[in-house]
Amino acid sequence: MEVVRSHRKPAEADDVVPTLPLYLSAPALQVRLEDFELYAVDRLRVLKEISDGLSRGKKSDEMEKLVRELWKLHMSHPHASEVVNKDIISHFVLRLVYCRTEELRKWFLSMETSLFRYRFRSETHEAQRALMAEFHLPYKTVTSAEFENVKDKLSQVARSTGQSLSSGDGIFYKVPFEEVPELVAGRRVYIQKGQAYVAMNQVVSLVVTQFRFLLSKALVLTNRKWTTMIREQEKDRLTPLVESLSLSYLGPDYSQPREFTEISLKDIDQVAKSSFPLCMRHLFEKLREDHHLKHGGRMQLGLFLKGVGLKLDDALAFWKAEFSRKFGAERFDKEYAYSIRHNYGKEGKRTDYTPYSCQKIISSMPGVGDHHGCPYRHFSEENLRAALGRMGVGSRALEDVMEKVRNKHYQLACTLTFEAVHGTSYDAGINHPNQYFSDSKKTLESRNNANIA
Amino acid sequence: MAGEGAENGRDDMIIDGSGADQQRQNNLIFDGVNVNYLKLYYGKLFPHADVFKWMSYGNDGKHPGCDHSYFGRREFSFTLDNDIYLRFQSFSGLSEMENSIREKCPFKIDIGPVYSVDPARRHAYAQGSDNVFTPVERELIFDIDMSDYDDVRYCCSGADVCLDCWPLMTVAIKVLDSALRDDFGFNHILWVYSGRRGVHCWVCDGKARRLNNEQRAAIADYFRVYKGNENSHKMVSLLGQALHPFLVRAHNEVLKIFFEEKLLSTQNLLLDEDRYEKILGMIPDESITSELRGKWADNRRSKEDINVVRWQQLKHMLQSGKQKLHLRRCVEEIVFSFTYPRLDMEVSRHMNHLLKAPFCVHPKTGRVCIPIDPNCCEDFDPTAVPTLSKILEELNTEGSRKEGDNEWDRTSLGDSVRYFRSSFLQPLLKSCKEEIESSYSAKLQESKNSLNW
Repeated sequence: MEVVRSHRKPAEADDVVPTLPLYLSAPALQVRLEDFELYAVDRLRVLKEISDGLSRGKKSDEMEKLVRELWKLHMSHPHASEVVNKDIISHFVLRLVYCRTEELRKWFLSMETSLFRYRFRSETHEAQRALMAEFHLPYKTVTSAEFENVKDKLSQVARSTGQSLSSGDGIFYKVPFEEVPELVAGRRVYIQKGQAYVAMNQVVSLVVTQFRFLLSKALVLTNRKWTTMIREQEKDRLTPLVESLSLSYLGPDYSQPREFTEISLKDIDQVAKSSFPLCMRHLFEKLREDHHLKHGGRMQLGLFLKGVGLKLDDALAFWKAEFSRKFGAERFDKEYAYSIRHNYGKEGKRTDYTPYSCQKIISSMPGVGDHHGCPYRHFSEENLRAALGRMGVGSRALEDVMEKVRNKHYQLACTLTFEAVHGTSYDAGINHPNQYFSDSKKTLESRNNANIA
Repeated sequence: MAGEGAENGRDDMIIDGSGADQQRQNNLIFDGVNVNYLKLYYGKLFPHADVFKWMSYGNDGKHPGCDHSYFGRREFSFTLDNDIYLRFQSFSGLSEMENSIREKCPFKIDIGPVYSVDPARRHAYAQGSDNVFTPVERELIFDIDMSDYDDVRYCCSGADVCLDCWPLMTVAIKVLDSALRDDFGFNHILWVYSGRRGVHCWVCDGKARRLNNEQRAAIADYFRVYKGNENSHKMVSLLGQALHPFLVRAHNEVLKIFFEEKLLSTQNLLLDEDRYEKILGMIPDESITSELRGKWADNRRSKEDINVVRWQQLKHMLQSGKQKLHLRRCVEEIVFSFTYPRLDMEVSRHMNHLLKAPFCVHPKTGRVCIPIDPNCCEDFDPTAVPTLSKILEELNTEGSRKEGDNEWDRTSLGDSVRYFRSSFLQPLLKSCKEEIESSYSAKLQESKNSLNW
């Protein structure tokens, strides 16, 4: 792909049928420097909205619709033939932007895969089959003899996911189970001797898995090229653009706590009551009560406290004070201190772990004896109502919160809780427990300052 | 449970030494396992060569396709007697491993993944952003722990295990073993007693070892049914018109029989009010539960086991033809809640998770972690598993040994090692050999083809 400064005439408005590109290789196109950034920003808008949609727990059908709207809104172009070019160019520009660290790659991979998935689902079956062929996926369809043998099992699987066998077009692919992990995880396919029977409408999974696999490898290669060659070559032209593009669109990750949100141990109980979101409050209370938390809870709460500004020494003292009441100080030092230090990047491979975002917490799977996860998702209605009552959420607001929960809008439920507890409105929407905390502190402080003044 | 050290004064028959040694010996009792016993165990009984052959997966042979670096890239970890924990231990061959184990005398040996490079050299690679030090192979593993069933067993809790609740492990083995073989097509599966209150499963097929984290998580999710904890109430949720064929098979072939013919009575699940209330709490229909409550409140004696009688009554009410599907499903949900295997998801999901090696001695119980034959797992008795002191006693009293005898053959360990070799190791190594040979010839063919232009 060549980037040029000069103006060039746009290509003829061909009768181009919109296609779904696979981004397998960088196109031999020329693009103006201005478009380089503009196209990327437009695509980034789409990806960011997808990210928001997913963290709001939107279901597949809603996401499909959202993606169609977003694409029309941001990725169209006055010349029909340019639409595909804009698609391809913007993707490859963002590859440069997002190849540079593991976190950026993960985010980009996740969003581009989702984008691809929902665009693929919108295509016709013929188009989908054609795309499958383009990916060179070697799967065989199930013969009619085979089908007879497994028909009742396939029917059972279909009914277990609320569908019926006849609703598909009767075509099944036999695919090694390794290639459809999402379908396996959800028990949405019949598996026999390592082969999964994938229905036509599930083929998305296969193609998406392949898409993600290829893109993941490509990103690593792009990163190599970037660091060894492109960054230096382009330091006066593209590099500054690339570097600024990623900064503007990712939210703070709370790995570097801001000073004014530091907390001290003596205030922690008070601060937990007034400013912790429900998920952390619950963990905190359980810790005080049981003098213990299982691993998932220790990670979720521990990293949150780090993000809130609790220093390593204070953190050690805090956890030790609780755990030693149940296990003894010596056992704490032997068994738990290491992992706290690990969280702060002082042990092992010395990664400074970032506190979990809402998306991560919502998608966790608390099991027996666990108290982590998102209470709006993981608590029973009864327990959630009781917990919110204890937080001081009034009965009217409580109903609004429960309504959000029923519709699986867990983060909106948390946002409404914030509003109820603080008596203010909160436009942004909660995406991160540390965001809840720092905004809570801000609100309370400005209230204090207003009272003093 | 009485620990090893508390056993009879046979100590001085096995360990000769002066008073000073006696003193030292007493100080070295670690939660029940005597260090000197352990030294003898590693010296004469622990099957080093078999573990080495297993971990080599055929790469210790002479075929040109063998990768002689393979064993050396495997991580082992040792827990020593003063709670020192040594990670990233690796060995170039059998004698290095054997010597290290004999010398360090670890209380626990854990096995980790095979990495891309020798773990001892990992620091040279960790700096690169592409993270070249990374797991490349790891058995698919499962860990089932009785303490995760504490809410459904009344005979014991926590670390204890008895013959009334152990059958829950038997059920878990049966359900998972047949699914791993029939659904996923795995063949080389080793089940091991964890030494105290659970079982471990090692799936060693090449396909299994090469699974990535996402695929492992998918398999673990495929097996996941139980989702409860004290915050959520609903333990199991089997929605949909039908159950997935895997669940149907598990229910019909294992769970139902075990629940109705064993668990109901041995755990007296419907005997007392607080126990049957737990089950009634899973039925979302007031009229049914109050009717049952009424029937059961009067505690009438009967010739048959009262639990069985009440269960029949419950089933009758829920499964009568006119009941809605979700009520009829309740019966299965109750059976699943009590009996379906509860896996530790975290253990299976990540390639770098460590797991205790078979044939270790459990430091708290002194029992050897011996393999369990899934084909007759209902005969396995955890309370009769040989302990370290028992087998050392046997060693001492078996008389003189002939040349070339294996020491373990003169003890109760003999059956376990023989089983390990004939039912697991030999078939595994045979298949590894075939794999190495065929992939080597495939590579040769490929390079021949590329030369023919």
